[in-house]
Amino acid sequence: MKAKKGKVSVMTGNYAAANAARLCRPEVVSAYPITPQSEVAEQISAYVANGELDAEIVEVEGENSAMNVVCAASLAGARVFTATSSYGLVFMYDTLLQTAGYRAPVVMVNVNREPPGIQAVSGGQQDLISTRDSGWVQVIVENNQEIIDQIIMAYRLAEDHDIQLPVMVNYDGYYLSYLAESVEMPLIEDVDAFLAPLKSQPPRPRIIPGAATGCGTHGMEMGYVEARYKHWSALERAREKVDDIDRLFGEYFGRSYGGQIEEYRTDGADIIIVTSGSAAGTTRTVVDAKRNEGVRVGMVKIRLFRPFPEDRLTEVLKGRKAIGVVDRSLCFGWKCGPMCMEIKALTPDIGRMPILSYIDGLANLDITVPHITRVVDEVNGAAQGKPFQEVTWIPMEE
Amino acid sequence: MNGAVGAEYERRDLIAVKEIRIHGRGGQGAVLAARMLASAFVAEGKYVASFPMYGFERRGAPVVAFTRVDDKPIREKTQIYTPDCLVVIDPGLMTLPTLFNGLQPDGILILNTPKKLKKRPHENLKIGGVINATRIAVEEIGRDIPNTCLLGAFAAASGWLKMESLLACLEEYLSGDILQRNLKSAARGYREVEVIKW
Repeated sequence: MKAKKGKVSVMTGNYAAANAARLCRPEVVSAYPITPQSEVAEQISAYVANGELDAEIVEVEGENSAMNVVCAASLAGARVFTATSSYGLVFMYDTLLQTAGYRAPVVMVNVNREPPGIQAVSGGQQDLISTRDSGWVQVIVENNQEIIDQIIMAYRLAEDHDIQLPVMVNYDGYYLSYLAESVEMPLIEDVDAFLAPLKSQPPRPRIIPGAATGCGTHGMEMGYVEARYKHWSALERAREKVDDIDRLFGEYFGRSYGGQIEEYRTDGADIIIVTSGSAAGTTRTVVDAKRNEGVRVGMVKIRLFRPFPEDRLTEVLKGRKAIGVVDRSLCFGWKCGPMCMEIKALTPDIGRMPILSYIDGLANLDITVPHITRVVDEVNGAAQGKPFQEVTWIPMEE
Repeated sequence: MNGAVGAEYERRDLIAVKEIRIHGRGGQGAVLAARMLASAFVAEGKYVASFPMYGFERRGAPVVAFTRVDDKPIREKTQIYTPDCLVVIDPGLMTLPTLFNGLQPDGILILNTPKKLKKRPHENLKIGGVINATRIAVEEIGRDIPNTCLLGAFAAASGWLKMESLLACLEEYLSGDILQRNLKSAARGYREVEVIKW
């Protein structure tokens, strides 16, 4: 069985996200608008208002309540959706952790933007990084088509009986949220068909009015430890599940993304550039150009950030001559970018080699073709034994 | 803009066939103009990527929008540093020191201004499309939203886009009375633009 071809049209990342959420038929939506996510909240409301989506919208005074609403609705058995960004994400921090602890299969879009610290209405992945250990599944996507496809896949993952975890789908604010490009929108009956296997699973525990039920991690001592162990184990299982769902999605819809990571021209590559999000598109362009010049370079795009794709990354990075990691965020108190830190943690398995950390694209600054070209040149130099700088803040050196 | 326009771009061969940079202010419709332009090119079978760059959604704040057009899918998600065409919605922005940065040879300028263009504003310009789009917008739409008028002027002066494609795509974004008024505004832009060749 294959899905029919969907309608191709031009839309922004935010409209793509709202559209994809609509196709998944959430029953309860609560989302507080925030730049650069606002269009998602607006568009979902419009769908409900004009009858294109049969969902209950719960209007709230802020993101903390929004997450409480969708968490509770999810525990009552509803399929739910919310979206936020930056200040909104950190304003829901306690409920974010609680939702994960409750194992509520919430699907949330997070439009990446710099979080508080310095007032910045501008893009960056620091909001995502600041919630790394929240116990959510965290995925990062590269373009508008992937936003649509990943939101559909997120429901299949979140509500899987073996997983039952909230999933956060991240895309770059500004560079994707406002980017208009062509996308193919799947037909709603095909999305129904793709999500149908969730219905034949054993029913998940739910709150029923009038019937006393305990839920969540209220345990003391071993009760707490067991709940945490189960949560931790579910995240461990999520890795393979992400690969499986991506494969099934590809078989049905004809588009797939590599699951946990995507490799681009890594065959025979001496050096690998690791990055994520919209910067991956730009990196592909540079990899092609450098390959034409004879540089043996490939790219790895990290799609799944939590759980971290340790095994898949080890397999592709092992035995290379040097690695460059381009981060759109910071790791405070550690002398490289956050994703670079994670890559460095693989050293016992991938072997020692130069790993160069690049900080770029903070506060809406552009990760440009010349920037990535510079990264490739320096990493290539390091592979040939030239001295290199461990951490480079690219905008500071321009 | 964070100095982005000022960056030198060496790898011209890597990037899209046509790059359009739109300069305006919040409320003038720069963002919507970029999206309409994208839809119109897609209707002609092209690939596009178009996005604006601004902070808050705020009336009067400078807005830049970037539109790439190519015959193959566009992967780069970066701003535009080597434009082939500049669309200036707010004439006050002509004094922006970085306005012409990166402009390619045989460049095109679409300018909204009530004045005559006395001399070529930049040596790389080959075509100028000058129109008082604000006046036309006020006459046709009743407000200073000159974006669709300038799109009409763009189609006429650049020759990159058929006017039918542009008018058809306006219907994707607007409806009713506002659509009719904008169709008129765009058509007048197409007809009344003064095309200067240098």
